[in-house]
Amino acid sequence: MIMKKPIVEIKDVAFRYDHQPSRALENIHMNIYEGEWLAIVGHNGSGKSTLAKLLNGLQFAEEGSISVCGLEISEENLWTVRKQIGMVFQNPDNQFVGTTVQDDVAFGLENNGLAREIMVDRVHNSLKKVKMEEFLNQEPHHLSGGQKQRVAIAGVLALQPAIIILDEATSMLDPVGRIEVLETVRKLKEENVMTVISITHDLDEAARADRIIVMNKGKVYREGTPEEIFQMDKELLELGLDIPFSVKVSKLLREKGIPLIKHHLSESELVTELWTSHYNK
Amino acid sequence: MMEKMIFGRYVPMDSVIHRMDPRSKLLLVFLFVCIVFLANNLLTYILLGLFTLLMLGMSKIPFRFLYAGLKPVVFLVIFTLILHLFLTKEGELLFKLGWIEIYEEGLRQGIFISLRFFYLILMTSLLTLTTTPIEITDGLETLLNPMKKIKFPVHEMALMMSISLRFIPTLMQETDKIMKAQMARGVEFSSGPIKDRLKAIVPLLIPLFVSSFKRAEELAIAMEARGYRGGEGRTKYRQLVWTYIDTIILTFMAILTILLILFRT
Repeated sequence: MIMKKPIVEIKDVAFRYDHQPSRALENIHMNIYEGEWLAIVGHNGSGKSTLAKLLNGLQFAEEGSISVCGLEISEENLWTVRKQIGMVFQNPDNQFVGTTVQDDVAFGLENNGLAREIMVDRVHNSLKKVKMEEFLNQEPHHLSGGQKQRVAIAGVLALQPAIIILDEATSMLDPVGRIEVLETVRKLKEENVMTVISITHDLDEAARADRIIVMNKGKVYREGTPEEIFQMDKELLELGLDIPFSVKVSKLLREKGIPLIKHHLSESELVTELWTSHYNK
Repeated sequence: MMEKMIFGRYVPMDSVIHRMDPRSKLLLVFLFVCIVFLANNLLTYILLGLFTLLMLGMSKIPFRFLYAGLKPVVFLVIFTLILHLFLTKEGELLFKLGWIEIYEEGLRQGIFISLRFFYLILMTSLLTLTTTPIEITDGLETLLNPMKKIKFPVHEMALMMSISLRFIPTLMQETDKIMKAQMARGVEFSSGPIKDRLKAIVPLLIPLFVSSFKRAEELAIAMEARGYRGGEGRTKYRQLVWTYIDTIILTFMAILTILLILFRT
């Protein structure tokens, strides 16, 4: 993969929550590149969600600096930075502000003082992109978790940010809702040139990413492509993470002496290699 | 079931009154509440009655919904009627049976006050039956906008109202869930002495409060992440449209007011 220019630059960042003895983040130094899908994984308390909050200026770094689209986050340009970053949070209910789907998508646009004609246009367009346009006047309690998260994504899209952060956005969803949301994000990433940062402890989700960063105890533990990261399976288990099912199966198959080409990141890849393996001989 | 308790009020239908701008409906009801007190003779009460019937007819709301709104006040109305019948001792004596004496003025006053009650209840129910809560919120926000000059937090109030409305069903669902969880642990909500039943509400309220605060905090963060920083420089997506219907109905209202002033004694 050709590395493009960095869109987020994190330099030696450290952070401590008020009244906490130890730092939640320490020595974080990394770049996030334009157009990539970066997964930040780690178990609870590894600092991954804190990092997301720092990126959006919901918290400020104690040491070091963070630049988004070339702008260093500070109190003054906070709102300019927030326009560049859209966030989807964990709980589908607690981020739904509007009384209906369209009101919720419009919420961010209203905050930015856009003219009504532009709002109507953007609300319809972004709902169409997440395939929720027929739910325009639906109330949130009639929607499933996956649908609510898709509305939240539409709300982010309407603001046309450069970066979208999924902060455990699928962790409260059922398997169907999870697939719905991830497919939506994947499709959107292909269509628009958008950077996706997904913060998760679901490694099946992380397997889809271009690059994975593993966090542990507030530090960057390892960085690499999904293939590279899943090689270190024992280590991952020690960090409280579980490797995807397909990787596990292909590893076990190899141990049994079945010559597979690599660790497969998705079930379909694995199945394809298994059923075509005889033709290749 | 619980949902209906609150939202059962609004009856979705397609009528002239439903299509009215919430602002004009609010104005209409407000004015009506004021002019009801102008009426003081038969003619003026008939005029008010005709206007109320006209409005109700145009709203196409089935009678049973209106009746549901009237039911709680029927007792109050009968009570005031009886008070007037027995306590007002003016005009001619109409009826006498032992110590019970009913005077003309008492009967008249009693009927008028009851009518006044009915008119008020019917018109205010008309507002809530034909307007969604969120429309009422929008209408109030625009109508109260001038109050911003005296530092009244109009935008904040409206936002609070709309967020509350948005969260009522969510919290209802949650209450239901907690209730079932507690019932599974042996808490009885629907039987036993009142004292025990009241006590059973505590393990329901505490988790509900805790989770509401958590929700509030998360919502605040999500709002901030989406660029919310108060009403300043904010535009509105929901739009209120004032049509000729609103003008016509408010004109009717003005005519009614003039007639009442002319004919009252």
